[in-house]
Amino acid sequence: MLILHCPCCGVDAEETELAAGGEAHLKRFGPGSSDDDFHDYLFMRENPKGVHFERWRHANGCGKWFHAARCTQTLEVFGTYSAQTTEPPQEIKDAITAKRPGWTWREFS
Amino acid sequence: MSEPISALNHASYEGIAKVEECGLQGMITLRGDLSDKVLAKAVKDATGQNVPGQREANVEGETGACWLSNDELLVLVPYAEVEAKLAAMTNALSGIHALAVNVSDARAVFRISGSSAREVLGKLAPVDLSTEAFQPGQIRRSRLAQVAGAFWMDDAESFRVVCFRSAADYVFKLLKVAAQPGSKVGVY
Repeated sequence: MLILHCPCCGVDAEETELAAGGEAHLKRFGPGSSDDDFHDYLFMRENPKGVHFERWRHANGCGKWFHAARCTQTLEVFGTYSAQTTEPPQEIKDAITAKRPGWTWREFS
Repeated sequence: MSEPISALNHASYEGIAKVEECGLQGMITLRGDLSDKVLAKAVKDATGQNVPGQREANVEGETGACWLSNDELLVLVPYAEVEAKLAAMTNALSGIHALAVNVSDARAVFRISGSSAREVLGKLAPVDLSTEAFQPGQIRRSRLAQVAGAFWMDDAESFRVVCFRSAADYVFKLLKVAAQPGSKVGVY
């Protein structure tokens, strides 16, 4: 059972209260961008064995979106943080580095 | 104008706890910046209560203010007063970015009371309802089996549960099953 701490309402919500929202920190390439950029934005997703960043919504709760950093291999949760950011905060990165030295994910490390 | 009645018109059930539909309750959804003084004054004028902090419910009887998320409150007023309170609130909020809507007829309210009230609700919601974790004055939005619901405690042995009116029959049946005689789990 996955339990995530919702940074908006402060509840430790379990899986059935949450809705998964796919990969976090996507950069949108919309009208005016090149076909390659648009293709990658639309279709290309990370599928890591290890550290991953995801969007979640506290659907049966405060209804807000947030981000979670977790490990797809061990299901360990490194932390959750606000959705109003374009990259993981330093304390989340530090928490991951402590457990998984040398991790990388897209342009973050 | 026809007489308004609530979803289940005071249906009730007595098992390990008493489950009853509370009848008509005035409810206003208020969205906006909860730290705004204008909004705080509008809430105070309507209910006499302060703006609740995170997951707090300041409720007395049919009047109160409940925290639903960091930009949303549930304002409770007696059903007969909801139009007047809403008009006053909309007027008070006219200068700021906020929205107040009367949702009284879109919701149903239940009361679960008795020494096993925590047991009954604990079977339906994925929430720690132990006395250490959940107390009067707190509110929790969660799910009741398959539908969304919110609840708070009026006192140590009674909950009030709010759900969508369209799910009222489902929630009442859920609560009836959860309150069946002899079904006490003994966790709380």
